[in-house]
Amino acid sequence: MLPLKWEKKLQEYMKSRERWFSELMQAGSTWQGRRKFLKMAAMAAGFAASKSFTPHSFQLVDVVSSDDRKPFTFAYISDSHLYEKTLNERFVRQLQRAVADINALDPQPDFVLYGGDLAQLGQPGELKLGAQILKEIKAPVKMMVGEHDWFLDMGEVWRELFGPPYYSFDHKGVHFITLMSVNEKDFWTAKGYSPMERMRIVAGLDDARQSPFEVGEEEREWLKQDLQKVDRKTPIVVFSHSPLYKLYRNWNFWTEDAEEVQALLRPFEKVTVIHGHTHQVLTHRIGNIHFHGMLSTAWPWPYAPTGLPKLTVQMNRQNPFNQTDGLGDGTVEVHATGRVDKHYNLWNRNPMRVSARYLDSEGAEDRPPATTLPSY
Amino acid sequence: MEKKLKVLVVLLLLLAFYVVNAQQHPSVKDEDKVMTVKLCDGETYVQLEGRLPNERLSRSEAEAVTNELMAKWLAKQPPAVAAAWTKEYQEGKKKAQQKAQAKAGDESVKQEKQTYEFTKRDIQMWERELKKLIDYGDQIFHDDQLIGSTNGVSCAMCHPNAANTHPETYPKYQIQLQRVALLRDMINWCIENPSRGKKLEPDDPKMRALEAYIMSQRKGVPMEYGKH
Repeated sequence: MLPLKWEKKLQEYMKSRERWFSELMQAGSTWQGRRKFLKMAAMAAGFAASKSFTPHSFQLVDVVSSDDRKPFTFAYISDSHLYEKTLNERFVRQLQRAVADINALDPQPDFVLYGGDLAQLGQPGELKLGAQILKEIKAPVKMMVGEHDWFLDMGEVWRELFGPPYYSFDHKGVHFITLMSVNEKDFWTAKGYSPMERMRIVAGLDDARQSPFEVGEEEREWLKQDLQKVDRKTPIVVFSHSPLYKLYRNWNFWTEDAEEVQALLRPFEKVTVIHGHTHQVLTHRIGNIHFHGMLSTAWPWPYAPTGLPKLTVQMNRQNPFNQTDGLGDGTVEVHATGRVDKHYNLWNRNPMRVSARYLDSEGAEDRPPATTLPSY
Repeated sequence: MEKKLKVLVVLLLLLAFYVVNAQQHPSVKDEDKVMTVKLCDGETYVQLEGRLPNERLSRSEAEAVTNELMAKWLAKQPPAVAAAWTKEYQEGKKKAQQKAQAKAGDESVKQEKQTYEFTKRDIQMWERELKKLIDYGDQIFHDDQLIGSTNGVSCAMCHPNAANTHPETYPKYQIQLQRVALLRDMINWCIENPSRGKKLEPDDPKMRALEAYIMSQRKGVPMEYGKH
């Protein structure tokens, strides 16, 4: 009798072996499958030749994951909503806690994504305070903008501090794209709102006076151009502040031109979208695109009353007597396949892991444990 | 002898009384198959052949008898009295009819709407006043200054559209407050802690408005006091 830990490992191994073989058996029925079969067969033969022994079922498992790409991890911090330190020290401390979390990671992540809404009301003081705290991060930082950073001066100070609001880069065989997805159609000029009024309206999650978020035509055109250089097999990871799908319009858990952006991403085999704004564990899949939310360091949000994607396993409702409950940061583990496991480091609870396997199997496998206290 | 005479006198008197009485009150000497009905003047009467004296008449027969009695009585009155009576009688009858109709109408209304109904004006007034209070609550809920926050935290920052405030779950015991909490106790907890403000008196207009707004966002949700 094996120790329990080993037995579990063995079971997992047997399962993955079975899965791989069932895929192999299906190969030949489709064009894609045939190609995959040939590829796997070739690799298996190569592997066997190099090791100079007969290919044997379980040894092939190792071969499949061998690729040009090496697995890696990046971390994220998001939605800190900083006020000036004299007004609200708690939000500042909470961002510092996230920075300390990330700096304590061993091994260190390849880079850290900041997911937007660094400031609460887009004030230069708030943004500069945030920039100063983020400088403490040891790993390189990739910045994304949120609506709270933008609508006071339409991103002037943010761009000065952090550069262009949308860009792309390549890292270890994965193409990364950071979008500015929180543009809004002009609702302020006609009504004569001042920049501060505009900022406060956008900052109000349930304020119906604002327009829906959108990537916008110009940026979509840029995205189209950017993607033309990318091979369809290259895994793509997109960062957007708002979820790149339509969840709940009333709270702008929404991107108005989500379908157009998704259409640009559809030709690629593996696409992952990591978004902020929703301050909660959120999981969705539309065809080839996997979507993951990020935690906030400022406050958690209730789940939207309608439109929740069915793959989302809710995180526990926040305990109102514990002000850092439901908050946190996390990491994204990018596999050699290009698919990702999303880790939510919830500060006062067990961490949650939403795996690529869970999404690939449409929720049939590797389901994260359910909450006993769902949102009202 | 004298005694016999006395008895005879009494008998004669009785006979005389009987005879006199019989002339004045024909019913007394009615034969089996005649019914006599008298008017309240004690004079006018109607006789029905073939009916037993104690027989019950149908409503239509009785009405025919009373009409005949009244006609006989009216015929005996001087013309002025008869005309005045007829006029008064007809007016009375008309009023009674109207009243009966009105009553019948009322009853059909009662079946649908109980004892009284609200007017449009009532409803407009209620809605207007209620909206005023809810709108004021909405404003306070979304404004950190109005709630007296000292750190920029408003209610709506964590509770968009008052989500996750679940007013329907109060009262419930909160160990952190060491008593059974009402909605207003949790509102005050949030004001004092996340928002770092000063708590409101239970009858503070702001507290009343906040409760109204929070409740308004949960219309139709079943009451579940005690739920955690």
